Amino acid sequence: MGDIEAQRARQARQVWLVVMSLIVCGVGITNAMLMSVTERFREIGTMKCLGALDAFIVRLFLIEAAMIGILGSIFGLLLGHLAMLLIFCIKEGFSVPAKMNWLTMLTYLAVGLVIGTVLSLVAAVPPAVRAARMPPVTALQTEI
Amino acid sequence: MAKIECPNCGEQIETTGSVTACPQCDADLREVMEEVRRQQKAARGDLVRDESVTTHEFIVRTRDLKKIYIMGDMEVPALRGVDLDVRRGEYLSIMGPSGSGKTTLFNMIGGLDKPTEGSCFIEEVDMAQLDAFELAWLRCRKIGYIFQTFNLIPVMTAFENVTLPMIFAGMSSDEMMERGQALLDMVGLGDRLHHKPFELSGGQQQRVAVARSLANQPAIVLADEPTGNLDLQTGKEIIDLLKELNQEGGTTIISATHDLKMIDVSDRIVHIRDGDVERIEKRADLELEVGTLGSEHAPEH
Repeated sequence: MGDIEAQRARQARQVWLVVMSLIVCGVGITNAMLMSVTERFREIGTMKCLGALDAFIVRLFLIEAAMIGILGSIFGLLLGHLAMLLIFCIKEGFSVPAKMNWLTMLTYLAVGLVIGTVLSLVAAVPPAVRAARMPPVTALQTEI
Repeated sequence: MAKIECPNCGEQIETTGSVTACPQCDADLREVMEEVRRQQKAARGDLVRDESVTTHEFIVRTRDLKKIYIMGDMEVPALRGVDLDVRRGEYLSIMGPSGSGKTTLFNMIGGLDKPTEGSCFIEEVDMAQLDAFELAWLRCRKIGYIFQTFNLIPVMTAFENVTLPMIFAGMSSDEMMERGQALLDMVGLGDRLHHKPFELSGGQQQRVAVARSLANQPAIVLADEPTGNLDLQTGKEIIDLLKELNQEGGTTIISATHDLKMIDVSDRIVHIRDGDVERIEKRADLELEVGTLGSEHAPEH
């Protein structure tokens, strides 16, 4: 039982934690988008009556998901990094910001943004496909 | 909204209604107003008329249209062989109780559903032979839809709603702006271009929907209970608007409705019951007395 093994175990736990949170987030995004698609059945049906193709509807929802993904990621990243800085400052004194490697943090911010947006896009695919499959006649329906 | 110039003193007058005398020199402006009105009518006709080069007399034809819905292990026949011919420029109303197949027939004509048997032709094109892309093209260019629930996109302004079908049709940006403005002027909402649907009343929303249905100069306009969600007075305005479009622009209008006021302005009325056409009436043969609000006719006792 060495120090290296303990460190590796800790790293593995961290990776597992991150992957789990990403999966939970993804499921949450899919659920929210599915609700949105179901509520907007009339809008989708109407657009199809006006001549929209299935691919257009898919693009529509994916672009929406990408925008939400970018905004959400930025917000989450800023909040998370601020919290992290605060915790480290409290633990090890307020000289941390001066000693920190800002370049690494910017890299983390960029990577986080990409991961967040990609996750949002991937999670939005099932609802988007569901929306595209709605027939135009749903525009006439009064309930789903 | 019109700008006219007084022939006497050259004064520019902007008027929404009819002005009979020039405010400056008191000259008679009635002839000028008539000319302006004539020009507006012609422009409206140009805006709305379907310019496709066709010689079809019958714009919609159905032959032995049958539709059977399968609910579980039960077969429910919604249409039992409907033959219908709609002439170009006609105003047709489809009437029938719920469950009569009225909505099913409407869906067939509008390309929203495929029949189990029989065929439906729009401008001699058999709709059952079309694939998804071609159907979408048909809905974009040849059919305009008006819904009972208006169905405007809530996040888009009135102008954007009207120009949406033009985007699908691939119209150029300049043409889109021009035509969108002209259409909204025609329905009387020229000053509410940038209002979103929640800022418009029900009648105004339906007007935007009417303008939208004409975006790509369709061959037919399909109206599903257009006055269903409107009060009597607003409903009447919409009906008048549709009648105007039918008479001046020559737009073929097919509406499914319960509203007697709509029956009043149609050329023919198709009664459907239990999936069959019960009878087809000509408006000229009908004796309809529709009650009116207000002081149009003095009550007779």
